[in-house]
Amino acid sequence: MQELNWTALIVFVVLFAFITWLGFAAAHWRKGDLDQLHEWGLGGRRFGTLITWFLVGGDLYTAYTFVAVPALAFGAGAIAFFAVPYTIIIYPILFLAFPRLWHVCHKHNYITAADFVRGRFGNRWLALAITIAGIVATMPYIALQLVGLQVVIGGMGVWGTGYAGDLPLVIAFIILAAFTYSSGLRAPASIAIVKDILIYIAAFAAVIVVPIQMGGFGKIFAAVPAQKLLLALPGANTTGSYGVYVTLAIGSALALFLYPHSITGILSASSGHAIRRNAAMLPGYSFMLGLLALVGFFALAAGVGGLPEFAGGFKQFGNNFAVPALYLHNFPSWFVGIAFAAIGIGALVPAAIMSIAAANLYTRNIHREFINSNPTDRQEAQMAKWVSLIVKFGALVFIVFVPSQYAIYLQLLGGILIIQTLPSVMLGVYTRWFNDWALLVGWAVGTALGSWMFVAANLTPNYPLHFAGYTFPGYTAFYTVILNLIITVVLTPVFNAMASGAAPSDATAAADYRA
Amino acid sequence: MNGGNGRGRNTGWSWWYLLFIIQLVAIVWPPFYNRAEPTFIGMPFFYWYQFLWVILGAILTAIVYFAVAHEPRSG
Repeated sequence: MQELNWTALIVFVVLFAFITWLGFAAAHWRKGDLDQLHEWGLGGRRFGTLITWFLVGGDLYTAYTFVAVPALAFGAGAIAFFAVPYTIIIYPILFLAFPRLWHVCHKHNYITAADFVRGRFGNRWLALAITIAGIVATMPYIALQLVGLQVVIGGMGVWGTGYAGDLPLVIAFIILAAFTYSSGLRAPASIAIVKDILIYIAAFAAVIVVPIQMGGFGKIFAAVPAQKLLLALPGANTTGSYGVYVTLAIGSALALFLYPHSITGILSASSGHAIRRNAAMLPGYSFMLGLLALVGFFALAAGVGGLPEFAGGFKQFGNNFAVPALYLHNFPSWFVGIAFAAIGIGALVPAAIMSIAAANLYTRNIHREFINSNPTDRQEAQMAKWVSLIVKFGALVFIVFVPSQYAIYLQLLGGILIIQTLPSVMLGVYTRWFNDWALLVGWAVGTALGSWMFVAANLTPNYPLHFAGYTFPGYTAFYTVILNLIITVVLTPVFNAMASGAAPSDATAAADYRA
Repeated sequence: MNGGNGRGRNTGWSWWYLLFIIQLVAIVWPPFYNRAEPTFIGMPFFYWYQFLWVILGAILTAIVYFAVAHEPRSG
């Protein structure tokens, strides 16, 4: 077991103290009335291009991403690089569909995707389905951020037995809960700036320093086992790893901006133009994500998996310990503190945004819709603040009492669940052609079948589809959203005919989707 | 109120969006780039090719952004 790394721990704690102060001070930044939900939960929709860049980047590239993507490269090799085509596909989607969502939400004061669906399709049950998908997909994602935090805390040699071992995590979470409650979205937005700068420093240092230490990229790639270096060639009658690679990239890209925390980040932008500029600027993060996947290979080449001092870490955290081990092995302690703080703070930013997004969904689309239809602004904002606390403590309890592997399974399932909202939300900003009940049936079938396929594939998100003697292994989210869409398209004329000509309700007008 | 002839302009479509198809086509077919040679600064083709497309994709997105922002339209 490792010794306690005092230098790294002190740097880590100092940086953590700084962002704690920043999180509370953020309440006064571009000050608004925090007793209104759009001020607390969307930062008053006042963030310009640059802040949106930090916020959305801080939101999407989470602590878990920075730990798990290299870990996948470390364990499984080339397949982990699906993250690169994934990010290439994301930005056209962001550019095309989401400024339209921003405009219509701005015009009608919609805070969530379910608000939009409620207005667009006039069906509270469809909006409820979108809400449930959002909350269920978000909860394990918050829990997963804690896994990232646990890994770096363990990496500094802070180990404990029993529940005392979770104490640092509990402290970090209380801090997170407190500043989110008091400052709303302004807290993660301001902390995201610090987090992104730290992450960039840590990532670039790794990508520049480690290859120099090891004698160049050539030597590193030469140390990667041949079967991990490239995608495995598919056998006869199957699309093999090629199909998995592409469907993972496309499916993950389609799902990404449907997550409530992504939509919260997008809606807090000050204009549709800010979103489009971001679509061109966010590839800065994609490049970094690709570099970080390479860090998994660095860890392979450095052979950290076989070093006795890291055996305890790998035993406890599996391949997720690859990145912390590489930093501990190749950098001085003070820099380890910076890198680990980057990952730790990188856990708090998305966790804050996710809990705000889930709170907005509950407050607007469950409480206001089904329980108290006419709250005051103050009641609504207060409800959201309380729900954000409950959501975070739920995640904390989950991670302390349930093995973290379950959070990972549920997060993988979350991608399959959230993509089922694509026809209503992402296509809904283009067309009202779909029948709302057809959308609901498509959603239900996609959700049920996707969950079944996930279980049938032994709790993995890739399912080997058999068809006409061929096998197509691929991302379940990708397959099931296609089925969802087919069902919706087939049932729309059927349900419309049954409704016998009643004009479909739509609170929005075509002009609402444009500047 | 803007009548039938305004509808076409209001769909938000621009031919510049077709540029996005280039980056999709470039990365959607792994057999095309799943190879080690040629290497670049010691990096197998599989890796530097995809990195290159992150940069090219960003450039294409920027081109579309500026082209659409400067198109003479009401939006």
